[in-house]
Amino acid sequence: MKLKRKDVLGLQDLSAEEINLILDTAEPMKEILAREIKKVPTLRGRSVITLFYEPSTRTRTSFELAAKYLSADTASISVAASSVQKGESLRDTAKTIEVMGADVIIIRHSVSGAPHFLARTVNARVINAGDGAHEHPTQALLDMFTIKEKKGRFAGLKVAILGDITHSRVARSNIWGLTKLGAEVRVVGPPTLMPPFIQDLGVKVFYRCEEGLEDVDVINVLRIQLERQQKGLFPSIREYTRLFGLDEKKLRYAKPDVLVLHPGPVNRGIEISPEVQDGPHAAINEQVTNGVAVRMALLYLLMSGGEVNEIAS
Amino acid sequence: MPLQEKAQIMDAEGIRRALTRISHEILEKNKGTQDLVLIGIRRRGVPLAQRIAAKIKEIEGTAVPLGMLDITLYRDDLSKLGYHPVLRKTEVPFSITDKKVVLVDDVLYTGRTVRAALDALMDLGRPQLIQLAVLVDRGHRELPIRADFVGKNVPTSRREIISVYLQEVDRIDKVVIDEPIV
Repeated sequence: MKLKRKDVLGLQDLSAEEINLILDTAEPMKEILAREIKKVPTLRGRSVITLFYEPSTRTRTSFELAAKYLSADTASISVAASSVQKGESLRDTAKTIEVMGADVIIIRHSVSGAPHFLARTVNARVINAGDGAHEHPTQALLDMFTIKEKKGRFAGLKVAILGDITHSRVARSNIWGLTKLGAEVRVVGPPTLMPPFIQDLGVKVFYRCEEGLEDVDVINVLRIQLERQQKGLFPSIREYTRLFGLDEKKLRYAKPDVLVLHPGPVNRGIEISPEVQDGPHAAINEQVTNGVAVRMALLYLLMSGGEVNEIAS
Repeated sequence: MPLQEKAQIMDAEGIRRALTRISHEILEKNKGTQDLVLIGIRRRGVPLAQRIAAKIKEIEGTAVPLGMLDITLYRDDLSKLGYHPVLRKTEVPFSITDKKVVLVDDVLYTGRTVRAALDALMDLGRPQLIQLAVLVDRGHRELPIRADFVGKNVPTSRREIISVYLQEVDRIDKVVIDEPIV
């Protein structure tokens, strides 16, 4: 079994088999993270570049540590302090990085499809670290890894994604990944933050927590971007918190052993109450650890087992 | 590559006797079980290590710590392989620092697996010493590595393949020489 692709751009085009391979490979990677010496020599001599056109701390640090734990060399380019400010195009920036010898480029961009464009442009492998409101595949993979670890399966699980579905790449990647592995996925949120035709992705749509969260095994709480309120998508932060903020009362609609996830960073007390965030159901910090393991698995699978050209043929 | 069985070189009894002797030799060389730990290399080194541990328990009455090592991430041929070797967990739930580690594997051939295992062990701690126990030594070393405890020395040609079958994995105990059908 191998990952038969040059790039990882989204969960929409990964098969269930490939997703399972990544999740299975992440398990032994997690064991390495628990060691005193968190380093294996696997990717010695390979280089991984992170190219982030949007701010990020955890995703970028997570990728960089994942690469370093596998002994790859890493460099990071922040757009704010790069020649992009001088007007360089994405294509030229990427080509420049590639000719410096990058084996993998990890990109985050505010435009959906930017990683796909990049993947066609360069010979280096490309991993999508978030593109617009489209996909954030490694976040969904780490969410799925956490679910698998806690629940042991996907088939028959009821998973609710709660919050701003319209603007969420985390939601889309989770929907594609989870439905492929047999989970029942629901999206829950106010109608103004629910994209039309979302049910075409195979999910059930709910506008009220008491219905949407009823009997679910997992709740994935999305970060609410506060600037959406200024655009008039919901009347006030307080109202959003009252109707859709996950607190102990709303948690009772779900199964007693419900697992609560959040991709971070958390707006404490807005989309999730401090009691739930720090409570026994939440695995938010574990998600971060699992993120490193999943990204190690992905880098390992992409960079071992043959050359790019062999894989393409 | 289709294979045909050329000869059986060990049966269940042969394997059992070899492991019994190896267990005694390990105890003799290390003067008992003080600081002794066994670490099996995945995959078939693990059941062999388990059997040696059971035998040592039988002889000395003490249980020695048992670990499992996956050396995939330490292989020197990862970029040459056309597939992903299945990655399994390394499970060494104890410190190996200052311990006498006996590394256990099924077949010793080029020595590259053992080289990878030595590097993997060094990342887990600093053992007092490391010894190597193998069920079969078939020669053709490519690195300066030798075994301390050997079940059977089997002279082979490079085109032959030694296949070790163990009850725990393969539902039968035997060691055979296979060769490709030409």
